[in-house]
Amino acid sequence: MLGRSLALGAALLGLAALEEPALAQGAGEQFLPRLVYRTGAYAPNGIPFANGAADYYTMLNERDGGIGGVKVVMEECETGYATDKGVECYERLKSKGATGAAYVSPLSTGITFALTEKVFSDKIPLLTLGYGRSESRNGAVFPWNFIALGSYWTAADVAIQHIAKELGGMDKLKGKKISLVYHDSPYGKEPIPALQLRAQKNGFEFTAIPVTHPGVEQKSQWLAIRQNRPDYVLLWGWGVMNSVAIQEAAAVAYPRDKMIGVWWSGAEPDVTPAGDKATGYKALLLQHPAGKFAVHADIEKHVYAKGQGVGKDTLGQVLFNRGLIDSMIGSEAIRTAQGKFGKKPLTGEQVRWGFENLNIDAARIKALGFEGMLAPFKFSCADHQGADMARVHQWDGKAWKVISDFYTADRSLLDPLVADAAAKYAAEKKITPECAKS
Amino acid sequence: MLYREAGQFKSSYSADMAMFPIRQDRIALALLLVVAFFIVPFVASDYFLRAILVPFLILSLGAIGLNILVGYCGQISLGAGAFMAIGAYSTYKFTTGVHLPLDWFGTEISIPPLAVLPSILLGGFMAAIVGILFGIPSLRIKGLYLAVATLAAQFFFDWVFIRVKWFSNYTPSGSVAAPELNFFGLVVHSSIERYLLCLAFVTVFAFIAKNLVRGSLGRQWMAIRDMDIAAELMGIRPFYAKLTAFAVSSFMIGISGALWAFVYLGAWEPLAFDINRSFQLLFMVIIGGLGSILGSFLGAAFILILPIFLDQVPHALGIPISVETISHLVFIIQGSLICYLLIVEPHGFARLWAIAKEKLRLWPYPY
Amino acid sequence: MVAFGQFAEVLIGGLLAGVLYSLVALGFVLIFKASGVFNFAQGAMVLLAGLALVRPLDYMVAQGFPVWAAIVLGLAFAAVVMAASAWLIERFVLGPLVNQDGLTLFMSTIGATFIIEGGAQMIFGSDVYPLRLFPTDAWFLFENQFPGGILVNKLDVWGGLIAGILVAGLAVFFQKTKTGRALRAVADDHAAAQSVGIPISWIWFVVWLVAGLVALVAATVWGTKLGVQFSITFLALKALPVLIIGGFTSVPGAIVGGLIVGAGEKVAEVYLGPLIGGGIEYWFAYVLALIVLLGRPQGLFGERIIERI
Repeated sequence: MLGRSLALGAALLGLAALEEPALAQGAGEQFLPRLVYRTGAYAPNGIPFANGAADYYTMLNERDGGIGGVKVVMEECETGYATDKGVECYERLKSKGATGAAYVSPLSTGITFALTEKVFSDKIPLLTLGYGRSESRNGAVFPWNFIALGSYWTAADVAIQHIAKELGGMDKLKGKKISLVYHDSPYGKEPIPALQLRAQKNGFEFTAIPVTHPGVEQKSQWLAIRQNRPDYVLLWGWGVMNSVAIQEAAAVAYPRDKMIGVWWSGAEPDVTPAGDKATGYKALLLQHPAGKFAVHADIEKHVYAKGQGVGKDTLGQVLFNRGLIDSMIGSEAIRTAQGKFGKKPLTGEQVRWGFENLNIDAARIKALGFEGMLAPFKFSCADHQGADMARVHQWDGKAWKVISDFYTADRSLLDPLVADAAAKYAAEKKITPECAKS
Repeated sequence: MLYREAGQFKSSYSADMAMFPIRQDRIALALLLVVAFFIVPFVASDYFLRAILVPFLILSLGAIGLNILVGYCGQISLGAGAFMAIGAYSTYKFTTGVHLPLDWFGTEISIPPLAVLPSILLGGFMAAIVGILFGIPSLRIKGLYLAVATLAAQFFFDWVFIRVKWFSNYTPSGSVAAPELNFFGLVVHSSIERYLLCLAFVTVFAFIAKNLVRGSLGRQWMAIRDMDIAAELMGIRPFYAKLTAFAVSSFMIGISGALWAFVYLGAWEPLAFDINRSFQLLFMVIIGGLGSILGSFLGAAFILILPIFLDQVPHALGIPISVETISHLVFIIQGSLICYLLIVEPHGFARLWAIAKEKLRLWPYPY
Repeated sequence: MVAFGQFAEVLIGGLLAGVLYSLVALGFVLIFKASGVFNFAQGAMVLLAGLALVRPLDYMVAQGFPVWAAIVLGLAFAAVVMAASAWLIERFVLGPLVNQDGLTLFMSTIGATFIIEGGAQMIFGSDVYPLRLFPTDAWFLFENQFPGGILVNKLDVWGGLIAGILVAGLAVFFQKTKTGRALRAVADDHAAAQSVGIPISWIWFVVWLVAGLVALVAATVWGTKLGVQFSITFLALKALPVLIIGGFTSVPGAIVGGLIVGAGEKVAEVYLGPLIGGGIEYWFAYVLALIVLLGRPQGLFGERIIERI
């Protein structure tokens, strides 16, 4: 009986604890919510990204005392890649700290779609590095979304360009067969319009083959590919789906070097389970390769040498490096905003200004220690993506090797898609597209 | 002492069968409603309203719906997520206008965009119709076999909503965003408004459910649940009883799906209503107590709110452990609590509540 | 002729893939047969077994053990872990719930699922761990008759062989051994079995142990295919239609169900899928199961449900 009343008491206390007063802690510090997934089906991919993003900020705090002297406090919240959990995490963290969340970076297409509806009224920028709504490039309709460095449409276009180059010219695409094996979700479906457009223009035959989430069983898809014999297979998977696809491709003797994954299908957890079967598999690079650069030395020196940080085992992996870039763009946006609003904790609205006026040139990239990882880019109201470039790397059985130069996606082809989709969204939501003058 | 029905005489059958026969219960319920409608919105924080109470209310409604089917009629269903999805997508189609060309018949169905409230109700009706359809196998298949057969509905509709572009109005990604929530000129936007909207829906449907289950229909359901052959011999039509249970249950689940999509998520993809949602609702019903409206609320609280709360405890206390470990610990603790609870009381929270009421009647005297 | 070759290939691939589902379904059948419990935790047990195998194995290989010794020791360690979890589940979860109704027992295995998933990942990690116990490349048969031959995956054949041996072993165990007969008695009626002196807690421990070992076997095959990671728990969902078609209580039914589901869904996906947009195999398996149930409500091999008033 006593136990039960204690339990009841604890439950009531717990409910009280949920009513935590916001804005209580951390005056003088910039608060940054971190939506991560370190457990569940997509954890193998979520962990290195979360590590990279966290360790970059730890490094800034340790080396420079934060951004412009303003310390950054982070709080992680586990989403498990579930949309409803992601929304809960967002609501939990959005108004913490002195000024609320600086920005949010959820690493999930589903959560991005749900949060896109909320950031309009909460005034918090949503940084989606190479994922999310492709049409959110249009900052006039999506003022709070920043789909930095690339969208799935960019990726699709670059993949086709790479295939054309391997074949020896755009005209060689004619009559070829290209299949897309995709995760049957908004994430996997997003590239289809761009690929269809390309198929029409370049005259190749395009087929889309869905794989039901989570993709543990793909035998029928790959048997169909074996019978259909496409010249190239594009892979748009996430998590376990990637390694299974590579394994099944090997089983049906489909050449791995004719497979090109999107940049979310080209990291270490995707190839290692398939072992030497993965040798030769190619994937797009969201500009940056795996490996260690100047910024990694700083992280080792200022973070790991002091026994801090979380990602020592994943340092230099593809997704770790992408996490670094994610945090670098975010922190540079905050730094840019500090130039206008002063060196103090900033609100999401102020950080948005920083994003929109972010200009990362070659000198800045070098100073930040990202030389060799990124090409210069610049955001503006009209362009919340900033860059259209990607490279291709190949798994040689031990490591990822960059095998191509930078490709630039054909904006003349993709911009109408962006404009159409954005206009449709604006009409549905009754948004008047305009670029704020500030 | 306080909770005692002595002196409350029932002089008619209808008084005896009233929804809340004990005066103290009525007072407590009225108080609870007053608190929920007039006090909670002003004291609870934005986060608490928006991220805890709103999903809690919506899933409670879903759990009530499922409880009608599983708890009152004894038909185990693992397809609740699909019916939520049907409610959500139908509502979406009705709010954005339905244009369905029927080329074979040389005609087309064309409905202009409707207001949100009728759309949500129509969404519920669509779910009810599909519910009846998928309820038909229950006339032949029973128990766990039926549970697994309802998974056919789950996976089929997961596929339909992702594959048939018509449902998502041909967006390239297949993800859709809810239009603004306009109720007779009143736009629901803030957390308080969203909370009150959900609360209103849940209150109305909880009363309807409570009323249904004490009436003739509810008693037919329970007779079928307790032993269907015996019920049939007594003159209860299993066909009618089972299918009405499927219809009513799917209707409520459909409404909760529409609310989940429109009020809580705002934008969604079929994955928001996947198999995990079905399991989640079933867990709520079993843990809360089969055949209890109150139990649906308690179950929803246990399954939904407890992990969110546990997740925040270490941070609130300043214990530095990684989110990874916390999330594993939350799983372990919740699992242990489920097992513990079932061992202590195999019939869920509702039964615990009933025992507490018994004790309260005697209190403070031991006998 | 080409079309026939391709059809044969899909059919064979499907049949073998189905047997791999049977490996997971077998665990469900064992526990349902012996205790009437629908064991939601079977998927989680495959994950636990896989992690308990691959983590020590990797460690020992890194320490310079010969690979065969590492595999044997790893398997032994995983078996011990499964035995321990069987004992814990019997002692703390199911033991106190003897004679409760089906849904309560089902819910208690969900509690166990949460504990196993959380505990296994906390102890062994939540990353992906490659496991290579079986060859994963393919044979190409009849290359003279068909262009390209008929593809048969070696891993699938291994899985089929193992499943066959398992089923034969289990059949002997159930029919010929004392414990096996006691198991069947418990399955019929807990209370009656108890009253004739069958130690029910021991029996339940044995059955959970056997189910745990079956999970370990499934983990070796599926771990080779997917890498050991959380997604392995989703296999439970692929095993359910197998289970209904075969019947919850039949060991051979699990195999036959697997064959039907595997062949049915692959043929449907490859030949029907492109016509209606693809990705149909998940629900197709369940619709197949539903159709079978409409004909035989207890599954193909399930025990006849006799209803009395």
